[in-house]
Formats: sequence, structure tokens, C-alpha cells
Amino acid sequence: MAEDKTKATGEQIVYANILNIGMYLGLAIVVATFIIYMLGLLPSFIPPQEIPKYWTMKSYDFIHTLQAPTGWDWLAMVGKGDYLNFVGIALLAGLTMVCYLVILPILMKKKDIPYVIIAIIEVAVLALAASGILKSGGH
Amino acid sequence: MDMEKRLLRFVFIPSVFLILILVAGTVLASTEPSTVPEATEKGSKIPWWAWSIILLVFTFILGILAVLGGVGGGVLFVPLVGGFFPFHIDFVRGAGLIVALSGALAAGPGLLKRNLASLRLALPVALIASSAAIIGAMIGLALPAKLVNILLGATIIGIVIIMASAKKSDFPNVPNPDGLSQALGIMGIYREVSLEKDVEWKIHRTAPGLVLFIVIGVMAGMFGLGAGWANVPVLNLLMGAPLKISVATSKFLLSITDTSAAWIYLNSGAVLPMIVVPSVVGIMLGSIVGVRILARTKPKAIKWMVIGLLLFAGVRALLKGLEIWK
Repeated sequence: MAEDKTKATGEQIVYANILNIGMYLGLAIVVATFIIYMLGLLPSFIPPQEIPKYWTMKSYDFIHTLQAPTGWDWLAMVGKGDYLNFVGIALLAGLTMVCYLVILPILMKKKDIPYVIIAIIEVAVLALAASGILKSGGH
Repeated sequence: MDMEKRLLRFVFIPSVFLILILVAGTVLASTEPSTVPEATEKGSKIPWWAWSIILLVFTFILGILAVLGGVGGGVLFVPLVGGFFPFHIDFVRGAGLIVALSGALAAGPGLLKRNLASLRLALPVALIASSAAIIGAMIGLALPAKLVNILLGATIIGIVIIMASAKKSDFPNVPNPDGLSQALGIMGIYREVSLEKDVEWKIHRTAPGLVLFIVIGVMAGMFGLGAGWANVPVLNLLMGAPLKISVATSKFLLSITDTSAAWIYLNSGAVLPMIVVPSVVGIMLGSIVGVRILARTKPKAIKWMVIGLLLFAGVRALLKGLEIWK
């Protein structure tokens, strides 16, 4: 039977499926952790009622005034209600990298060399962005 | 006609409500960002929890308008929330990226499965745009707020001009696909339901298109905007992808471009859950309602209303940056 060329390719379907699961999971965690934060079920690094004092600050001043974590240092603070929210946000932000890693073997199997190279470089770019090495601010 | 009237009323009432929120926000919030490192009590005259609710309602309406106006939530979110809420523009841009990212992640699976978003077209473009977005994010966070607002205002006014004047081509003519697109195998076939036929597509001018995505990526990262307003004209008018493929691939593309920039904001402490979560939830719920309204009818007036809103937000950002309207 001839292949239906209007259908999405195998790697496209796999990418879509991973994205779908990860997106729902990420959003569910984002909402659940925010409710925990709002209800004060866990102690907060900055209590919700204190936040308006700081949200007018530049992010650089915010982290230096409060000695707030940067990069992946928030992981050590997931016991705090506010930083618990970062679990879902990081999952949403990290989802694309997971999708690339999942389709990489499919592209390799197809010997689709240009796209294998593109996917590897993209993973490296996203990993660099996520690593916490690149931070900015301070003006 | 009756349906159109009802729909206009449905959109008009929330829009009035949205303007009231904007005015109230401006009056009740001190919009002057603190530049001193000490914590201050200024910033808001209303309770903290009220801001979350206002933001949720505001972004819900924004989500409806964004779908009906055919724009991404991020492009409306950053200038409007940045202009009328008391939050520093760093946190607004961080939230804007996550709003745009969430929308793209939600739309991506369906678009990919229906073969409207093309992975072969998106992957090379995304590599360029996401790398550039990192640079944009780093520049954007290093700039002073005044300059960011001036540049943001100018960019939004530029977007308004593009939206008001850019033509679209459903099926651009691509007589000679270029060597690069052929080497990468960027082509495809999709089912055009409205015509009940399969449409074969290919692209040209790949190299200049990729160069433009450097600029688009930098701007997306710098201002925390989704970049659909720029992606679609480049993919459609310059590179020759059919309009449906361009719109869908652009939406999916944001999930990659905004991811890299979002990490920079996250790692630099420019993400506040108190701003991000109500915004993401509000925009997504608004988008769901917007899509339902869109399925019935789409009055052209709404597109112009959204363009007007965007122009207002752009002028506000510009005047805020120039310290004419603080």
C-alpha cells in the first residue's frame, strides 16, 4: 500500500505525542503548585503578601536584595511554596529538549544526517540556555 | 447578522471591562519601577491577592481577543501588562515568554499531527531563532527599563504597521525551490479541506529567510514577545510556504524559540510565579473561549480593535520609556 504523503512523518507524530503528555503534565503541576503556594500549605521564601514590595524591582536588584537563587539553585528550595512553582515551569521549558532527544534516534535510523546534526546542535543550544551558565541583568 | 451583533456585544463588553482594568491598574498602581536595591512598600495600593485576580481576568479577556484578532497572547501581554500593571518590565517579559511558550506547547501537538506544522521546516529555522533568542534575552535583561520600554514601544508600533499592511498569500508561487531547501528536504503535502484537495508545497529564499530569523529571535528574547507576527510573513511571503503551513509552523516554532529565552529569564531570577501562573491560566482559558467564538463567526472589526489596542499599548510603552506618561 502506498504511503499517504499528506500524513505527518513518524518523528513528527512521536514529537507531538511527547509534547502533548508533557504539556498537560507541566500545566497540571504549575496549577497545583500555585494553589499550594497561595494557600500557604508550605512556607514561602517570600510570602505572597510581601511580593508587591519586590515586583517593581529590576530582577537583578530582586535577586541581590533577597539573596534569591539563580540558575538551578532554586532546586534546593523546592520545599518553599514559591520555588515549588518552578518545577512545573521548568518542566514546560525543558519539554522541547526532551522531544528532540526522543526523535534523534528516529532521525539517525533514517540516516537523515542534516537533521541529526540540526537536532544535536539544538539540544546543545537548549542545554546551554538551561544550564544556568548564561545569566543576565545588572544594569 | 443577529449572530454578528451578539458576538460584537460579547466582545465589546469584555473589552470595556479590559479598559476599565487598565485604567484602574494605572491609577491604583505605582508604575514607577524601583531602581534601588532596598525593598520598598511602594508598588501597589491594593492587596496582593487582588492583583492575581485582576491579572487572571485581564489575561482571560486578552486570550479571547488574541484568538479573535489572530495574534499571539504574548504580543498583547507584554506591552499591556508592562504598561498598566505595577510589575517591573523584567518580570513581565519573563511571564510573557512563558505565556507564549505555554500557548505554543498547547497548540503544537494538534498542528504537528494534522501535518500543518512542518517539523522539516521548523527545525532549521528554530535552531537559528532559538540561538538568537538567547542573545536577545541576555541583551534585554542587561538594558535599563526605560530603554527597554522605548524599544518595546517602537517595536509594537512596527508590529501594528506590519499587521495593518502585510498581505498574505494562501498558496505562494514557488517555481524554483532553492538548493538549500532541497538539500534539507523542506517540502510537503497537506490536505486542504476547504478545496478538498491535496496541496504540495516547497519553499525558496531559504538563506535570507534564516538570516531574518536571527533578527526575529533576538527580538523575541529581548522583549519576551511571541514572534508569530514576524514568523508568518517571513515563512509565507518571503520563503513561500502556504499560509496555513506558515501559521501552524510559526505557532509550533514559538515552543522552541521561546524555550531558550525563557531559560535565560528563569535563570536570571526574572520569573515570578505570582505573575506567571494567573497569566498562563487566564490566557489559556481565554483562548479556549476565543476558539469557540471563532468557530461561529469572525467579525473583521475585531481584528482592527486588536490592532488599535496594540497601537495604544505600543504608544504607552514608548511614552513610559520617554517618561512622558509615567
